Amino acid sequence: MTKVFTIGTGTSTARAPRARAERRPWQERPTLAGQSAKGLSLGGVLAVMLVPLWIVVVTSLSTPGAVNRAGGLVVWPDGLTLQAYREMLTDPTVRTALMVSLGITVAGTALSMVVSVLCAYGLSRPRSLGHRLILVLLIVTMFVSGGLIPTFLVVTGLGGYGQWWALILPSAVSVFNILVLRSFYAKTSAELIDAARMDGAGDWRILWSVVLPTSRAVTAVIALFYAVGYWNSFFTVMLYLPTDSEKWPLQYVLLTYVNRGAGMPGSVNAGFGLAHTQTTPLSTQMAVVALTLVPLLIVYPFVQKHFRTGVLTGAVKG
Amino acid sequence: MSTPRSWQERPGRRIRLRRDRSLLIMVVPAVVLLLVFNYAPLFGLLTAFQYYDPLAGVWNSDWAGFDQFHRLFADPLFWGALKNTLYLSLVQLVLFFPIPIALALLLNSVLSGRMRNFIQSVVYLPHFFSWVLVITIFQQLLGGAGALNQFLRSHDLQTWDITTNPSTFVLLVTSQVVWKEAGWGIVVFLAALSAVNPGLYEAAAVDGAGRFRRMWHITLPGLRGVIVLMLVLRLGNALSVGFEQFLIQRDAVGHESAEVLDTYAFYYGIATADYSLGAAAGLFKSVISLLLIWGANKLAHCFGEDGLYRR
Repeated sequence: MTKVFTIGTGTSTARAPRARAERRPWQERPTLAGQSAKGLSLGGVLAVMLVPLWIVVVTSLSTPGAVNRAGGLVVWPDGLTLQAYREMLTDPTVRTALMVSLGITVAGTALSMVVSVLCAYGLSRPRSLGHRLILVLLIVTMFVSGGLIPTFLVVTGLGGYGQWWALILPSAVSVFNILVLRSFYAKTSAELIDAARMDGAGDWRILWSVVLPTSRAVTAVIALFYAVGYWNSFFTVMLYLPTDSEKWPLQYVLLTYVNRGAGMPGSVNAGFGLAHTQTTPLSTQMAVVALTLVPLLIVYPFVQKHFRTGVLTGAVKG
Repeated sequence: MSTPRSWQERPGRRIRLRRDRSLLIMVVPAVVLLLVFNYAPLFGLLTAFQYYDPLAGVWNSDWAGFDQFHRLFADPLFWGALKNTLYLSLVQLVLFFPIPIALALLLNSVLSGRMRNFIQSVVYLPHFFSWVLVITIFQQLLGGAGALNQFLRSHDLQTWDITTNPSTFVLLVTSQVVWKEAGWGIVVFLAALSAVNPGLYEAAAVDGAGRFRRMWHITLPGLRGVIVLMLVLRLGNALSVGFEQFLIQRDAVGHESAEVLDTYAFYYGIATADYSLGAAAGLFKSVISLLLIWGANKLAHCFGEDGLYRR
């Protein structure tokens, strides 16, 4: 199996951008001014990206006293506690929403991946019957769409209003993702596949035992794309589940109770019964923000290492 | 692409059907989903030419001809939304578009591979955040009760709330887009940079070209194709400026400056149940977008580039 894997990665994935660990002899020596300008701008970019996340996390971990002393958001840790997380996780609205979000993300990603991988492999074999026609059928949808209202009418016509499947099925297939997977599967070494076929493997077996193991990186990245799409979806909730607050996923709870403040209709204090106060404590609000980040931050490091192996390049070239 | 299956040359259709049966079965689920959720709505576009009645459905509603479009074009709110969309698109083109290119050049000049990987993974991250999250973070930092105004107040300075101010809304949304997507935008440019032949740099250096001459004469021409492609895509999407981003903030700044075509179609199509008007707005947008893509490609071809597809 390891042999298969190395052969596959050698031929099927694009080369990573070359690592230039050292200065070439013809390159100029860096000037102090140039290096410091570069360092400053890159440091600035990193700060702009990271400082907001830092503030959110620190505030969510701060004691009410620390939040008071800071007059709001806490930049420098002053007194840390998990109180906000405890309060948040005992709140029924947040607990349900977390479960709903996880459920939709897991179920949706599983469905999307099965459908997309099958379709991508089914279209990736050269000269198979009808694959050009089906490919055209797929690509047309990237340029022509019915748009918001007709899609809404179809989904509600099928009884999707108020149903969780309305958040999953209409967006389950991303033609773009299928095309990316397909371009990788098409590059899987023909010798490997022919060898497997000689050994009597059918297409299902080839997909499972040859193609999938040799394209783990692209599979992981596409799964991340799908999962992020489901985890982040909020507009479909607004369309199909606007009033069923017990079915809301986390993003919609975040929007309603944090972004729009606690004054939203829908009995905020009954739903978000935190400490019976009019507004939710800031640290708890930030804990909700952090909660929507946590799953991504858990998964991201495992997937982002594949970003370097040329998957994104393939993805963008599509 | 690849050699034909070696054990069979030019088989007949029936034999191919038997051979490729499994492949065809694999494609079925995706095709069914696309037919239901992408092709069926195309028939739903008929509602744009009807007085759509949800009880009667698409098949039994009365035909309106182009009445819905007359209503649409007579609506000043629609023209306001169109104007906002184009304005925001233009500002994003000018302020957003160069940033990923500059960032990619900057990153490409970092020699240490580990440092580059670290910076890359950090700047890609916000792309995966939801708009709800990004806007919440912006609101917490820059809003009336946010960190910036906390600081200004505690130093007895004038407070400044960008999140609810209609006249600076365009700056707010552009900076949100920059924060969320500029890092991700470098992917294509880094790919193009890694495809530039390193020998060119060496030859130029030997000929006495300094680092800025090399950037001007080698790096930027190497990026030209991608830049044109990205411009074509941007132009084709000129009427889509980010639906969720505006939907979330529309109420805070008011529809005069935050209504775009997509939110218009949503509010007048679904929120007020005027489905036919919303569908007409959507159809108008799709047709113009197709024309824009086509036109942008023509333009790219005039400059000798491939654009989205070849001639």
